[in-house]
Amino acid sequence: MSYTLAAVLGVLGACLVDVVLLRTMLLRRKAFWTSYAIVAFFQLIVNGLLTGLKVVQYDPHRILGARIVYAPVEDLLFGFALVLVTLSLWVWWGRIAFRGNAEGAAPARSRAAR
Amino acid sequence: MRVVYLAILAACLVGTLPLEFLLGTHVYARWRRLALTLLPVVVIFGGWDVAAIHQGAWSYDARYLVGWTLPGRLPVEELLFFLVIPTCAVLTLEAVRARKPHWIIGDEP
Repeated sequence: MSYTLAAVLGVLGACLVDVVLLRTMLLRRKAFWTSYAIVAFFQLIVNGLLTGLKVVQYDPHRILGARIVYAPVEDLLFGFALVLVTLSLWVWWGRIAFRGNAEGAAPARSRAAR
Repeated sequence: MRVVYLAILAACLVGTLPLEFLLGTHVYARWRRLALTLLPVVVIFGGWDVAAIHQGAWSYDARYLVGWTLPGRLPVEELLFFLVIPTCAVLTLEAVRARKPHWIIGDEP
């Protein structure tokens, strides 16, 4: 499978995790998109370094060839899926924690919620 | 040069660390919730990485790696990547929450 197809499927899979599987609906949250915009900016720097220095090299037959700051555009999709799945899980565990009234609560008044 | 990839990851952690203290994100403080979040991420995206390496979709230049290779020919830096970048993402979300407490995220009590 090409990295291009895998990356598109990865984004779709991540959206399914957020909307259907965990139902965190981060895709509708301003807080998510603001966070993603910040993370994406730094991802471009990190991915740009990793590919610009050729720490990671891609099979040219498995990518479209379009690049953003040295990194294949597919990396942006991969990074989006990574962030969405991560934040969906984080929020989901937070909900579970509140149901059990245990860890995960928003910062407690005096000390961190454990 | 073999610490290049590791140094990039370390810079990500160091760069985001102030969020924990200056904005009180309490992400590392909630380390169990963080661990439960990271575990599936490492399995899913690490698995993707191993499959891509196996297929030859991408490869790593050994000159920039410390040389510890995990099962599936996964450089240890890649495993750390799937711990570091998601942690930075969670720190960012909590930092946004700290600055914009009225924005609903979905895990509020």
